[in-house]
Amino acid sequence: MTYTIKGNTGEWEVVIGLEVHAQVISNSKLFSGSATDFGAEPNSQVSFVDSAQPGMLPVVNKECLRQAIRTGLGLNAEINRYSVFDRKNYFYADLPQGYQISQLYHPIVGEGQIEIDLEDGSTRTIGIERLHLEQDAGKSIHDLDPKRSFIDLNRCGVALMEIVSRPDLRSPEEAGAYLRKLRTIFRYLGTCDGNMEEGSMRADVNVSVRKPGDEFGTRTETKNVNSIRFVMQAIESEALRQVKLVESGGEVQQETRLWDAGKGHTRPMRSKEFAHDYRYFPCPDLLPVNLPESFVDAIKSDMPELPDDKKKRFINDYGLPAYDAGVLVAERETAAFYEQVAEAAGNAKLAANWTMGDFFGALNKADIALADSPISARQLGGLIKLIADDTISGRIAKDVFEIMWETGKDAETIVEEKGLKQITDTDEIEGIIDQIIADNPAQVEKVKVNEKLLGWFVGQTMKATGGKANPGVVNKLLKDKLGL
Amino acid sequence: MAIDRDTVTRVAFLSRLEIEDAQKDAMTHDLSNILTFVEALNDVDASGVEPMTSVVEAYAPLREDQVNDGGYPDKVLANAPDRVQDFYAVPKVVE
Amino acid sequence: MSNALDLTLADALSALEKKELSSVELTEAYIAQMDATRDLNAYITETPDIALDMAKASDARRAAGDVGLMEGVPVGIKDLFCTEGTRTTAGSHILENFVPTYESTVTTKLFSQGAVMLGKTNLDEFAMGSSNQTSYYGDCASPWKAADGKARTPGGSSGGSASAVAAKSALATTGTDTGGSIRQPAAFCGITGIKPTYGRCSRWGVVAFASSLDQPGCFGRTVEDNAIMLQAMAGYDPKDSTSIDRAVPDYRAQITGDIKGKKIGIPKEYRVDGMPQEIEKLWQQGMDWLRDAGAEIVDISLPLTDKALPTYYIIAPAEASSNLARYDGVRYGLRVEGADLDDMYAKTRGQGFGEEVKRRIMIGTYVLSAGYYDAYYNKARRVRKMILNEFLDVYNQVDAILTPTTPSAAFTLDDAPTDPVTMYLNDVFTVPASLAGLPGLSLPAGLSSEGLPLGLQVLGKPFEEGEVLNVASVLEAAAGFQRL
Ligand SMILES: [Mg+2]
Ligand SMILES: [Zn+2]
Repeated sequence: MTYTIKGNTGEWEVVIGLEVHAQVISNSKLFSGSATDFGAEPNSQVSFVDSAQPGMLPVVNKECLRQAIRTGLGLNAEINRYSVFDRKNYFYADLPQGYQISQLYHPIVGEGQIEIDLEDGSTRTIGIERLHLEQDAGKSIHDLDPKRSFIDLNRCGVALMEIVSRPDLRSPEEAGAYLRKLRTIFRYLGTCDGNMEEGSMRADVNVSVRKPGDEFGTRTETKNVNSIRFVMQAIESEALRQVKLVESGGEVQQETRLWDAGKGHTRPMRSKEFAHDYRYFPCPDLLPVNLPESFVDAIKSDMPELPDDKKKRFINDYGLPAYDAGVLVAERETAAFYEQVAEAAGNAKLAANWTMGDFFGALNKADIALADSPISARQLGGLIKLIADDTISGRIAKDVFEIMWETGKDAETIVEEKGLKQITDTDEIEGIIDQIIADNPAQVEKVKVNEKLLGWFVGQTMKATGGKANPGVVNKLLKDKLGL
Repeated sequence: MAIDRDTVTRVAFLSRLEIEDAQKDAMTHDLSNILTFVEALNDVDASGVEPMTSVVEAYAPLREDQVNDGGYPDKVLANAPDRVQDFYAVPKVVE
Repeated sequence: MSNALDLTLADALSALEKKELSSVELTEAYIAQMDATRDLNAYITETPDIALDMAKASDARRAAGDVGLMEGVPVGIKDLFCTEGTRTTAGSHILENFVPTYESTVTTKLFSQGAVMLGKTNLDEFAMGSSNQTSYYGDCASPWKAADGKARTPGGSSGGSASAVAAKSALATTGTDTGGSIRQPAAFCGITGIKPTYGRCSRWGVVAFASSLDQPGCFGRTVEDNAIMLQAMAGYDPKDSTSIDRAVPDYRAQITGDIKGKKIGIPKEYRVDGMPQEIEKLWQQGMDWLRDAGAEIVDISLPLTDKALPTYYIIAPAEASSNLARYDGVRYGLRVEGADLDDMYAKTRGQGFGEEVKRRIMIGTYVLSAGYYDAYYNKARRVRKMILNEFLDVYNQVDAILTPTTPSAAFTLDDAPTDPVTMYLNDVFTVPASLAGLPGLSLPAGLSSEGLPLGLQVLGKPFEEGEVLNVASVLEAAAGFQRL
């Protein structure tokens, strides 16, 4: 289904490209030995290098290169063993050097592509133009003093991967799916925690509109949008704004805008256009990076299974529907959990249903993370195994699950303790059924005319056995006895 | 190449340098002379030569990922012209 | 010892070794001389108390048998090296009150080898100049006076360091050389100064001017003094990505005085138009001395010599414009309040930097800006590569190169050129080797008709400082130059 905006002059297509800044997971900063932890005391993770004291020099952190390459491989991208750090010059309060060390001319990762999964079950391939490494800036705090902004440089110098997509996205939904997919890949690889609330993943959103089939329109760039929902809203409102503007005879200006979450629209940055001349040049304090092939090979040989491959495997090996497989692989931990459940259960489909259904439901309801679940994967698998081998019924299993959740006990123990084992003994069930038939002659007459009443007999039987009778056996015996 | 006062104004802004009006003509004159001087390179045919960044014929040394620096806010803030608690303070930035 | 001030560094070390004098006595003599020559303005900041403490500590170490390469030797430090707890101005108003909380690698090495700091020497602002007249802290004068009695420039940018050694207010000093800032002042002040190969001494903690050209070095009374001090300064620094991990040879041992069979190149392009007769004569004299010592004089050609200055005056300002962006009034240094952040930046920098620094920042910004980058900056980087290649080609034929250091003797402070370009021409003989990162030394070889010192420059192959020192020692012995 194509996403378009209906204007007065017809339908408009939206063209979106995203530049994602993802903070690299590393102990120390890109060019200094300062720590990278989030939320430390102001300026406590700042070295002379990070605060750009006179005479300070950068030295490249090997792990940051490794992480960028891992990510590049995760994006199916070309890895550039030769890359160069450039200076991007501009003045800003939280940019102590007066330049950001980045990679313009020779990025560490070149072209790649990823698949995004859409809600209707379809997938699309989105091109990646490049991934480069650069320094994060510090943080300005504006609300502590009426006249001054305060600067904390703890974040300054933390490595960022900037991932630039091709303008291949066509709707807010696709943009959202793209960001979720990137985040999934980061988390699988352990290269970025993808935590948008803490700012470790931010997006610059490039939006333009055009009549279908036309050339690309002029785009605007909305900077530093910090949640997937906001990115989607920003695209929608910015595209609408552009359509209205163009239809009323205006022209879209190529400009940098900001997302105003409170008002739900974008607005131009205080005009800095005059200053938009970054004067990139190769950083003379750093020599080019030239990595041996073995460096990249070692990373390749250490790559985990990526979500797309895992999804394929879940579909092929476990026989899961694409949708279920997609949900289960979205988080590496979830997928791993599921695989343990499936193994313990001995029934992959039932394991998927239970994991995604009752289990996720319970986690959501209790608002706790998978890691904090009171039921382990092995235990959940154990419960499902009891269903699969007819030890308990699905209905009883729900009760057992609740007890497991509260007590942390294994399913088997609970079933044993509470005597919940399904009655599959035909003799025992037969006796009960005979009794019910004998006690209810009027109902017996009716069921012979109206077969739907069989349910009433099933209910009575289950009630009499405390729900433990095997429903299949009950059904079969009842039909036999009632001559249906 | 001769440059004009407007260019000087633009470059001064890019460089964040306040240049008094009275000095702009002198600056324009000096910069024009310097640019004319360096344009002697126009006579050199350098086609096919890779631009050089460093005379050091080597590649960037790589650091192990260890936390071994920072953690001394008083040292990095020691010379701050305006310090509030452990922050640097600047005139209010409005975005 | 009545004439402690007349000792060379080598003599002083042996006098200290023989207990003929103590470091405290030596240091006291230099402190007295610092007082007596204060009118030269060689020092921006004198640190006599620190010097005496360091001298006492040195004497104690010596008594304990712990003797470094520079043990007990009082030295001046160019005020471009950050010194922990001692104000470091870079000759600029903008750093007038800057007291580093860290120590540069080179000064750390010197002090750990026993050197005693007398103070911080005067220099052109941010090392940008050839006469020491761009210093915010006033002109520095050479102790040499011509018949006219007018004060002469010590040269620049390391003017204070050169003046101090010549005036005996330091036994030796550090300098930095970006385009000639050690060699030209050494020539003007009748002393010996060496700029080692780019990458030989760490730049960490040295206030940056042009990163790809800046190189620490030193001044002394003799070639041997240079060898001793450079030994203490040189070596790989993991904190400087452009420093070279290569063993430092024993420089003093390489001064054998034997140059038999060595080939010394004489570049014909250094015979520039209007070169004074006395310079020409001095150069010829130098060739004769070397030939007499058994060297072979070889005519060579470095056709791009006259393109070196234009190349330099693109590359150095470009890098400087970026390196000096950090002086913004936020974290250290001068701040001039303004209406808003940009205004504060402009006022701070407008008032904090002097005219020459501003000119170079402006030129650098211009040549890097959109539309000009390729025509200026990239072109200059290409020509620089060609200049390097010319030198490397020539070094297939010769072991070292001999040239005059400067095209004239020191000019008077009163009639120093006011036109920037005329001033730049001072470095015509020193800049090419800077662009090529080659080691170079200037030693005093004679006097001008006015009785002012004239220098000869010896250039060597990369990392062949020992060869340079050895060739220079032959010239030194032959010249028998009378120091002040
Ligand atoms: Mg961007
Ligand atoms: Zn970026």
